[in-house]
Amino acid sequence: MATATIERLIGKSIKRREDPRFITGRGTYVDDVKLPGTTHAVFVRSPHAHARIKKIDTTAAAKHPGVVAIFTGKDMTGVNSLPCGWLLPDLKVPPHMPLASDAARYVGDPVAVVIAETEDAALDAADKVKVTWDVLPAVSATDKADARTSAQIHEVAPSNVAFKWQIGDAGAVDTAFRNAARVVKKKIVNQRLVANPMEPRACLARYDAATGDLTLWVTSQNPHVHRLLMAAFVLGIPEQKVRVIAPDVGGAFGSKIFLYNEETICSWATRQIKRPVRWTSTRREAFQTDAHGRDHVTEAEMGFAADGKIVGLRVKTIANMGAYLSTFAPAVPTYLYATLLNGVYTIPAIHAHVTGVFTNTTPVDAYRGAGRPEAAYLLERMIEAGAAALKMDTVEIRRKNFIPKFDNGFQTQVALNYDSGNYAAAFDKLLRMLDYRKARSDQEAARKQGRFLGIGFSTYIEACSIAPSKVVGSLGAQAGLYESGKVRVHPTGGVTVYTGSHSHGQGHETTFSQLVADELGIPMEQIEIVHGDTGAIPFGMGTYGSRSASVGGTALLMSLNKIKEKGKKIAAHLLEASPGDIEYANGQFQVKGFPGKAVPFGQVALTAYVPHKYPEGLEPGLEETSFYDPSNFCFPFGAHACVVEVDRDTGQVKVLRYLAVDDVGNVMNPMIVDGMVHGGIAQGVGQALLEGAVYDKDGQLVTGSLMDYCMPRADNLPVLKVDMTKTASPSNPLGIKGCGEAGAIAAPVAVINAITDAIGSEDLAMPATAQTVWQALQKANNRREAA
Amino acid sequence: MKLPVKMTINGQMYSHEVEPRLLLVHYIRETVGLTGTHVGCDTSQCGACTILMGGQAVKACNFFAVQCDGAKITTIEGLAKNGELHPIQQGFWEKHGLQCGFCTPGMILAAHQMLERYPKPSEEQIRHQLEGNLCRCTGYHNIVKAIQWAAEQMAGKK
Repeated sequence: MATATIERLIGKSIKRREDPRFITGRGTYVDDVKLPGTTHAVFVRSPHAHARIKKIDTTAAAKHPGVVAIFTGKDMTGVNSLPCGWLLPDLKVPPHMPLASDAARYVGDPVAVVIAETEDAALDAADKVKVTWDVLPAVSATDKADARTSAQIHEVAPSNVAFKWQIGDAGAVDTAFRNAARVVKKKIVNQRLVANPMEPRACLARYDAATGDLTLWVTSQNPHVHRLLMAAFVLGIPEQKVRVIAPDVGGAFGSKIFLYNEETICSWATRQIKRPVRWTSTRREAFQTDAHGRDHVTEAEMGFAADGKIVGLRVKTIANMGAYLSTFAPAVPTYLYATLLNGVYTIPAIHAHVTGVFTNTTPVDAYRGAGRPEAAYLLERMIEAGAAALKMDTVEIRRKNFIPKFDNGFQTQVALNYDSGNYAAAFDKLLRMLDYRKARSDQEAARKQGRFLGIGFSTYIEACSIAPSKVVGSLGAQAGLYESGKVRVHPTGGVTVYTGSHSHGQGHETTFSQLVADELGIPMEQIEIVHGDTGAIPFGMGTYGSRSASVGGTALLMSLNKIKEKGKKIAAHLLEASPGDIEYANGQFQVKGFPGKAVPFGQVALTAYVPHKYPEGLEPGLEETSFYDPSNFCFPFGAHACVVEVDRDTGQVKVLRYLAVDDVGNVMNPMIVDGMVHGGIAQGVGQALLEGAVYDKDGQLVTGSLMDYCMPRADNLPVLKVDMTKTASPSNPLGIKGCGEAGAIAAPVAVINAITDAIGSEDLAMPATAQTVWQALQKANNRREAA
Repeated sequence: MKLPVKMTINGQMYSHEVEPRLLLVHYIRETVGLTGTHVGCDTSQCGACTILMGGQAVKACNFFAVQCDGAKITTIEGLAKNGELHPIQQGFWEKHGLQCGFCTPGMILAAHQMLERYPKPSEEQIRHQLEGNLCRCTGYHNIVKAIQWAAEQMAGKK
């Protein structure tokens, strides 16, 4: 019996399998999980950026009807500090208690929790908790944190310095600059952002006193990491008695990687009161307590030869850590930022020095792109400055500096070894899409009519599928960075896949099904993808750093291969052939070259569980688990272009066109990849034009709601034109590089470069609001008039 | 002090005694138990809680439940009829108009009213009409396409 070749699904835009539940309102997010007897937690938070806690009086609150319990930090005996999971040499790690009991160090720092029968009762009672504060001076500005006059935040960190760290060759840069034709210098600020996934963080903790089991539903990108950190490091309870479930999660963008105070406190509290405890963040709390992103102040210098070739780069960055070290905070401005400063260019000498500082602000950690947008922003602003200084075209100067095409390895000046790249190809494709010459002539024509159009470019490189464990361990990671994948074949031939990756919008239920369907030659309907439950899946590291397809997907592939190998032995026995003569094709095990002599997948599955006619010595069952630890990062790259119009009277910027060519390696589902690129671009345009978390000098968050923090809306964006080049990654067998962060990395600087091109001004701070642009325009005009 | 409130949601009559301060969105989610309507903010900016009240798209966080006595409400759970997706729901699926899905119910119901007002909306109109709804995943690109797709389907049906 010959079987027709089954159509391959990898590489096709298959509609998402998860969508029917979301478009009918039947998703299950954490706040949708209801348990009988649930109590509601409300946190009492510091209204001050820095204040000693003199006294917390809960007497009146405790008498409020419906209150079940009130806890302060002093009640949480035996509970440890929230850990920092990335330790740099000589890093100052201050204690970060779930409930602050000595002092509050940022607005929103929780100091007590009120648990009541209803949320209203908890809110009302929380108002009655009286905290006597001794308000202390605060510091919020990144570049003032280590000033002698600034407030001291932690005893362990003199001058508020968390770490000083460097990479590269300072001497080589000095030499390069001495011989350079021009050295351009710039102060570059990458402002603070708030991730703002549409679903606020939430948790529901249930302790079962009969079994001693704790179940925590939490908005997490990595439920195993949550479980490990919380159980082993903070609460000191056995990991095997804790189950963490991250069901449908409504976006994350990094902000749901970290172990936060709230889920830790609810998990502790349910053990005290023996009832489920629920907490859902308000958006205001999200602004105050979700880890923020970016917040760098940098002095950068780039040296050029007369022909436009870059000769060296010197970078001094101050990175704001906020009030405490969030879970992976120290890694972001060091190994995810400075190691990317080679970009896609040949830069013979690089040196970067990074100072991490504490301030009285919300902790800062990874937000979409995490370090890489900061690196791309810096490089692409500096190369523009170089082009201006040398009076070169911005396209020409980039072309001159691209690293030439390579297939397997390029050693940078800052530790990383790129996997494969063809940077000029992506850029050339972008120029064709844009029709660069026409865009410039349109710009000139518009200028004659008094309209200010600008064209901006950016290129970027990203380090994705963050791993291998050995390397990140040597750099300070306190975790491994592999992924797990388990494939369970049921007796009827159905397949359940358990992945350590976690989907919070990425569509793994679809893409991983595509992979399994192709490998096993069975329909997608026969495949179920399970993720986000430590009770069901092997230890996994979760989803961030664009790692699911490349690392999680490869772990699955390994298990699928093991399934096929075992299946061959079973089939060989049934066919009375040697296992070496069996191949797997089109959903059946067949004698090589004889598709008529075959057993279908389902029959092998059934035989594995009903092993009557079975190979001697072979275990029954058909289930395999793999852990994949890659040999290197993957390095996606790309080039983006933006055309803006600036209203010369108001400074209002309108994005007229946005084009992107990304190379994310091999692609499992182009529709999903394009969708992620769109979303990243929107966040990047948001950073460029609209978004910015602002603290006043006393540490009050003045952008504390969606009324003050401007998120991109549909009419802030044009139709996005996205395309790809495909350079397979040699780092994993799927050839995938990763696509989750591309847009957020490339977009901010493409937009800013377009605006500076339009207004003829070099200096422009993000977000480029109408007011900021108008001021830059006036300055540029004044300069022109003076000249 | 609790007050009585009656309303019809997705064709079914509900009757409860509720706190006067209970917001309609919490009434729908917690009291009635329809969790497809989401809460994404506390300043009525995000639109995740958008529902149809008397055919009008409104943000359910902007009403107290007791204000809505006698109201006829459709939530996302009530949009598909007899197991058949509404063309807007279908459009979001066809055009990949969602990723995490959290803003989606509100987006779909906002689009519902938009297409009643403007059966053939221009791209600009769609973007403008979506002013009240935030999405952090899609960059709105495929949401616009989904609504365009739905508009075409609905025009074809008439």
